[in-house]
Amino acid sequence: MIPAIIVFLYLAVVLYIGIFAFRRSRADHEAEDYFLAGRSLGQVVFFLSLLGTNMTAFAILGSSGHAFANGIVTFGLMASSSALIIPLSLFFIGTRVWALGKRHGFMTSVQMFRDRWECSHIGTVIFAVQAALLVPYIIIGVMGGGTTLAAITGGRVPYWMGGAVVALVIMSYVFFGGMRGTSWVNTFQTALFLIFGLVALVVIGTGIGGFKSVVESLEASPATKSLLTLERTSPLFFISYMFIPLSSIAFPHITIFCLTAKKMSQFKKTVLLYPICMVAIWLPAVFLGVAANKIADVPGIEQKLEARQRLATEGPTLSVAERDDLRRKSAGDDVLLVLLGAYAPAWLAGILAAGIMAVVMASDSQILALSTMFTEDIFAYYGGKEKFGEHLQVQTGRVFIILLTIAAYVIALRAPETIFSLAVQYAFSGYSALMPLLVAALFWRRSTKWGALAAALWVAAAVIGVAVFQAAVPAPAPGVSAWSWSVAGVDVLSRTPGGTAVFGFMPVVPMVIVSVLLIIVVSLVTKKPTEATIARYF
Amino acid sequence: MKKLLLSLAVIALVVLHQDFWNWRSARPFIFGFIPIGLFYHVCYTLSVSVLMWIMIRHFWPSHLEEEIEREEESD
Repeated sequence: MIPAIIVFLYLAVVLYIGIFAFRRSRADHEAEDYFLAGRSLGQVVFFLSLLGTNMTAFAILGSSGHAFANGIVTFGLMASSSALIIPLSLFFIGTRVWALGKRHGFMTSVQMFRDRWECSHIGTVIFAVQAALLVPYIIIGVMGGGTTLAAITGGRVPYWMGGAVVALVIMSYVFFGGMRGTSWVNTFQTALFLIFGLVALVVIGTGIGGFKSVVESLEASPATKSLLTLERTSPLFFISYMFIPLSSIAFPHITIFCLTAKKMSQFKKTVLLYPICMVAIWLPAVFLGVAANKIADVPGIEQKLEARQRLATEGPTLSVAERDDLRRKSAGDDVLLVLLGAYAPAWLAGILAAGIMAVVMASDSQILALSTMFTEDIFAYYGGKEKFGEHLQVQTGRVFIILLTIAAYVIALRAPETIFSLAVQYAFSGYSALMPLLVAALFWRRSTKWGALAAALWVAAAVIGVAVFQAAVPAPAPGVSAWSWSVAGVDVLSRTPGGTAVFGFMPVVPMVIVSVLLIIVVSLVTKKPTEATIARYF
Repeated sequence: MKKLLLSLAVIALVVLHQDFWNWRSARPFIFGFIPIGLFYHVCYTLSVSVLMWIMIRHFWPSHLEEEIEREEESD
């Protein structure tokens, strides 16, 4: 009960922060103030909020769950690759996006693309692809909120009510506070998570009698020894994961967030501290996920291990539905919550659960980003701002936030989570393949709107293609040969237990490579923008 | 020359991320409980901060800020 009370107190604080931010809003440059916090965020808020925006539910809960099943390789797959790619992206692309936004007044990447490549409807196509990839993310955020709140309260708050409460809180502070409120909330949430994540490691470590015995016990068992090495992932998949963090800077909420810094120098400390904070957050999450495999005396963990064991031994003889059910039961996304419930005192478990709620609620930035994109790239671009004025533009953005949140909640109640998990899985690949658009716009004078259009259409087709393929071909049981299409003895396309492989790589690799090739080839055979436009960028 | 060195440093970090030499090794356990593969990637992540520090000192695109400041002054 105490953790639930603390979580609800936390939600009240978050709501208050958003409404407090509303009082700080200014009437001049209303749209810029609401959607970009007046391009005036200070160093601490900019850094912590950016970090928090990147640390989604998938990053923290997903990393523990992935480490629970796959071992320490999770850190190399997701954390150290991001720690290199994301600061590099911010250094080279984020700073340029900030400068162009400041000079030309851009508020979204599509505005920049339209200006840079002298295009109109092609910008709308890019908007549509970006928006389609972002929506499942928002829905899964609401689902995560409902699941987490239900888990924290021991089922006293049912899933439908938990989702409603989380959706309502997010909608309220985004509605009132805009970018300022969202950034302040994210700063508060990230600070909470940074502090109490390390506390969780110490408390759980003490509770289980130290990590040394757990690690030695994992090593002693043939079934778990590989969790302490990298061998549970193929080297080609390991290389593929290097492509996933390319998505970060291409996500609209991150591109837009780059425009909120007061000074460009704020990127300096951000890129410097980002890898250090990655270690502070991911190391405990991954380590606890791995260690959970030897904490079988906790009932929640025991059930997961049993389901995994049954899947491994009886998998090939079970039906697809039974295998899916066992996969769901063995999934470790809530291992952190289960461990906290078992080892932390109630008040600390409450604060830590609030920290986890914070990460689950990262969909606030995406809701605001979609609202910004809709009002700037569609409403304002097609004459709404000129006709109805800036004040109505902001109100339109606010109404859009309400409608979007309600739609996300209704879909979250009715649709199975697996569909959106799949969509989110490939949203990252999609945004990775959209990232070359930013590079072409900022660094290649010869790039054209047709090259950009070709890449955007390719991304949409590839994401749909992979999703349809995975829906049509069920995942095989672990250890069983996957379905594959081979040419001359080489596996071109394979269905694996975890997804899809193309020549042994994750789909993100060919998606990015083809995207780059399309931009280059199509740009070279089409007419480049006028010299006057190019001169404003180079 | 400086840009070439930076490019080489970034490529080196991309290559060093693929630590196939730790693929099947759990030991040694650093501090008695951190497997070598995990410790390697923690050190790798921290080394990115060092690269960022060098990049900020030698490759910071200060011309972008200066152009904006000039434009704001002329306005």
